[in-house]
Amino acid sequence: MAMKFEKTGEGTYMLDVCGYVCPHPQIYAKKSLEKMKEGEVVEVILDNPSSVETISQMCDQVGHEILEKKTEGGKIFIKIKKA
Amino acid sequence: MEERKNKIWAFAIMSALILVSLVYYSVNVFYMYLIAYIWFGVAYGMMLQYGRFCFASASRDLFAAGVPRMAVGILVALIFFSFIQAILSATNMSTFHPAPFGPHTLIAGAIFGVGMVLAGGCASGSLYKIGEGNGTSILAAFFGLSIGQAIFVDIGGIFNNLLPKSWIASSALKEVPAPSAVPPEKITSWFDVYLSGYVWDLPAIQLSATEAMSKVFPGISKYFIADMLINSIIPAILILIVVYAAYIRKGYIKKRAKEKGGSAIGIGDELVGIWRMITASKRTTLMGLLIGIVAGLHIFVMKGMQIKFGVKNFGELLTKMGHTGDVAVNGTVFDPGYWYITSQEAQLGGWILDKFGWVMRDNIFFGVNNGLPDLWRNPALWMSFGIIFGAMIMARLSNEFKFKMPKGELWAWGLIGGILMGIGSRPSLGCNIGAFFIRVAGGDPSGWLYGLGMVTGAFVGVKFFNWWSERKMAKELESF
Repeated sequence: MAMKFEKTGEGTYMLDVCGYVCPHPQIYAKKSLEKMKEGEVVEVILDNPSSVETISQMCDQVGHEILEKKTEGGKIFIKIKKA
Repeated sequence: MEERKNKIWAFAIMSALILVSLVYYSVNVFYMYLIAYIWFGVAYGMMLQYGRFCFASASRDLFAAGVPRMAVGILVALIFFSFIQAILSATNMSTFHPAPFGPHTLIAGAIFGVGMVLAGGCASGSLYKIGEGNGTSILAAFFGLSIGQAIFVDIGGIFNNLLPKSWIASSALKEVPAPSAVPPEKITSWFDVYLSGYVWDLPAIQLSATEAMSKVFPGISKYFIADMLINSIIPAILILIVVYAAYIRKGYIKKRAKEKGGSAIGIGDELVGIWRMITASKRTTLMGLLIGIVAGLHIFVMKGMQIKFGVKNFGELLTKMGHTGDVAVNGTVFDPGYWYITSQEAQLGGWILDKFGWVMRDNIFFGVNNGLPDLWRNPALWMSFGIIFGAMIMARLSNEFKFKMPKGELWAWGLIGGILMGIGSRPSLGCNIGAFFIRVAGGDPSGWLYGLGMVTGAFVGVKFFNWWSERKMAKELESF
């Protein structure tokens, strides 16, 4: 199993942390956002429900905008725009 | 389709638990005691899962992501639980007992703190995460908290040579032949000497029971002022303020100034900021409130059961039912009378090793204090199963159940973290629940000592994971 952080287009990224449990998804989400520039968007894919609450609050505190949050086939997709 | 399947699963688990309860009740009315543990376990499991309530995440998310959600939830739970604890103490309905106070609590807390970060969940958090299908938590709970703890309390040999002479001398004074307190043949492991030669010599403090507090606050007021206000609520509020100042205030003040169009920020705005922090994650805060109340209700019900059956420990009922092999030499089994996690998991490990021929009853932990009941007659273990099944019901209902086999490095983190949690919970006679949450709310300052250790250990664990994840991120960025 490996975490994947990929550039999917101009200013867009994908962070796949499926299979990871706390605290890894939130740590990788935070670190990914730190590497990105303002206005860029990352789609975080995870399957650990407990991490979603922390990632959401982290975005709210820092000001990152959650563009979309959906669950499909046991996976959670969160699209975040960096502030 | 998936939703329907999950609902059927939730219904099936709930039905099975009801059936199990009915079977126990039909076998003997004494099993009502055990049934109470099952259902409080289910309630804890449901609340923990819904609120994503994990003590590991309280300090870990604060240090790793600057998110105070869980720290707030725990402090809210503590405030409400301490209030109910004070009412129970005042009405002589409490089963709470303080623990020996000493530096061992701090050290154990620190080891536990590192372990819970590595394992991805505290003792109670690991159980609810098993209910979500988390394989790493199964590793931590089974190999670390269960098997690891059982071995930890039973090993002797070379480890006994490392014990201080003063502990050995003090322990020898407590060797009293059966049927009194500690038969000499039960002091065999290093942990036996540690308990009888060190821990038992330390003072157990409950603020309301101290001479000073009893004099200043007479009657039942000592429970509300000493145990509830001084030991629980005031420190909890102070920590909330510190968390707000350190992690929330800066960003909030910026936002607030914008909202107010540049007007000055006053104390009213600060209070609004603290309130916003408390209500930022409604599900966690709400569950904190409910967990606090339910944990208090649990004590009330268990005390009621003890009064109803005229006993102080479930071991007495097991003996009456003829299960004398289940109990320790003192006629007791592990029966905390409130929310507790790790001792029953050690019993699970001890029971398994015992079946494989490992002599497990020749020590104080199993042989004198807690017994080694068959799994299906172990009341506290049923509470742990209840937590797993309660969380599973909730996870199924919200379509969040997914079995995840531990992969890659998670095998190592789960195993090492679980073992560290086991090592960190036994010397302090409890974990994040028994040694921290219950003790603080009950007026025992050693709970804070354990909490301080947990936070320190969590800080070290987060530092390690930060370094680890930074390395992995750097590798990913190379390909950009």
